[in-house]
Order: sequence, then C-alpha cells, then structure tokens
Amino acid sequence: MNINIWLLIGLMALVTFTIRYALFARANAVTLPAKLERALKYSAPCVLTAIWVPAVMMPQGELAITLNNPYLVGAAVAIAIALWKKNVLLTIVTSMLCFFLYKWLVL
Amino acid sequence: MNNSPKSLFFKGVVDALPLIVGGVPFGIIFGTLALNAGLDMWQTIGLSSIVFAGSAQFVAVGMIAAGTSLGFIVGATIIVNLRHLIYAASLLPHVKHLPQRWRLPLGFLLIDEVYAATYPNYLTNQGSTKNHWHYLGVGTAFYCSWNVATLIGIFFGANIDGIANWGLDFAMSATFIGMVMPHLINKPMIAGVLTSAILAVLTYTLPHKIGLVISAIAGMAVGYLLEQVIAQKESS
Repeated sequence: MNINIWLLIGLMALVTFTIRYALFARANAVTLPAKLERALKYSAPCVLTAIWVPAVMMPQGELAITLNNPYLVGAAVAIAIALWKKNVLLTIVTSMLCFFLYKWLVL
Repeated sequence: MNNSPKSLFFKGVVDALPLIVGGVPFGIIFGTLALNAGLDMWQTIGLSSIVFAGSAQFVAVGMIAAGTSLGFIVGATIIVNLRHLIYAASLLPHVKHLPQRWRLPLGFLLIDEVYAATYPNYLTNQGSTKNHWHYLGVGTAFYCSWNVATLIGIFFGANIDGIANWGLDFAMSATFIGMVMPHLINKPMIAGVLTSAILAVLTYTLPHKIGLVISAIAGMAVGYLLEQVIAQKESS
C-alpha cells in the first residue's frame, strides 16, 4: 500500500468530526435564517434517497432495471411495506428476507 | 411519559434497535471489504471506532483498494459527510443549552441513523429539557453495534470466502427506505425526494461522489421552492 493508512484515518476522523461538531461548538452564536431552517427538513429524506436509489438501481455501477436485479426487487418490497405499515423494523426485516430468498432461491 | 435521564436514555436505545438491525449487516460487510482492500485488523477497527461514518468508510475503502491518493480520499470523506452539517443545523436549537462536554460526544455521534432515530423524539417530546439523554442513548447503542459488527466482519472476512458477494449491503438500502418513506406525506417532500432520486442515478458516474451532493441539494431546493409556491397560492 502506497499511502499511510493511519494518517488517512486521522485525517478522516478530523474532517468528519469537524463537520458534525462545527455548528454545535458555536451553537449559542449561530442563528439560522428561517428560510434555511424550512429547507433543512428536506435534507435527510433527500440525502438518504440520493444514497439508496443508485445502490438498488445500479448495484454493479450500471442501470439494472430488471427482475435479475435482487436489489431492485428487495427495494420494491421495502417501499411497499414502508408506505403501508410505516414501521422501520418491519420494513428492514421483511425486505431483507425477501431479498435473500429471491437472490438464493429464484435467481 | 417518564422524562428521567435514565428512562430517556433507554428509550433511545430501544428506538435505535430497528436501525441497528439494518446497520449490523452493513458493518459486517464493511469489516470484510476493508480486509480485502488490504487494511489490517487494527486499521479496520480504527475506521469504525475513530471515524464512525459508514458511507464514508465504504467510499474510503473502495478508493484505497483502487490506489487513490490520500488527498482525494480525505476530499471524498468531506463531501460524503457534508450532509451531517445539515443534521447539525436542524438539531441546533435543541443542543444550544447544553455545555460543551455534552455537545462534543453528541457531535461525534451525529450520523444518519442517530439523527433519524432521535430527531422525532425532539418533536414529540417537546416539553422535556432532557432529550439529549435520548440522543445519547441512540448514539451509544448504534456506536457499539457498528463496532461489534465490524469485528464480526473482520472475523468472517478472514474465514468465509465470498461473504462480500452475499448482498449484505442491501441492509443499508432497506434501512434508508424505511427511514424515508414515512416522510412522503405532502407534495413538496415527494417532489424533492423524486428529484434527488432521478438526479442521483443520472450523476452517479461523476467522480468523488459529487453527484450525491448535487442530487441532495437539488432535491432540497425543489421541496423548499414548491412549499413556497403552494403557501403563496393558499394565501392569495
């Protein structure tokens, strides 16, 4: 390996912690504009969606909208259950079960 | 409800459990992938315990395996983790009364799952000034489970061939879907999330995960602007 891994871990820890803590550190001095606060409620759903959609639609790096893609099938199950039951645990357990059964038994 | 620190802490642990179910397989796959990328056991443990950032850990390990230079990996870490700044901003009103000895660990623990599990408690339990105990409970539980999962991954990665191809990474997608879907209750949120979804696919091949940042910001902008438009129509 041609880079210093421990130096990398130290720097990654530094930037990660700085991002998370910077606003907390000066929490008394920082007031967010009301508009920004309203925009922020869209942040978590949008960020997480930007992570999981490519993960299930292009698991090998290329678009795979086909029944041969177990990630897509599992995600469809997860979406249906999450919208229907609004229960995170049930969504995770059921869709993972469907994903593995489909991957091992069907494909 | 009982608002003692102890009961809030344990309510946090319980509220973290669904997300831990999704996080553990993801942590296991991380442990195995890190070894495959050439890290040793202690470096893998170091990433999970000192950095504590699932998505960024995955990106970094992929880049290490590809021989990417140190500066680029740190840059990618910043971009992938920028969303935590957004979480910090939304929690800001709830932590500003706390001393630094609280804000330090709470900041360190601020990941997707912890935010998703503790933020609703701030909204439903507004009367309490002790909600940081719930936050700490969620964070502690998730931190422990993530590191235990990494250890399991290190062990299995060294002993079971092909575990990296089992598809354990689906757990992350299942978790995020479970966290996002309950938010889709009005037009602005649906439009914002759909924007992020489509752009994330279109921008996926851009280098250094920059597509993730573009998609997220565009989705937020669409949601916010549509909310403004609808509010104006209703008032006129």
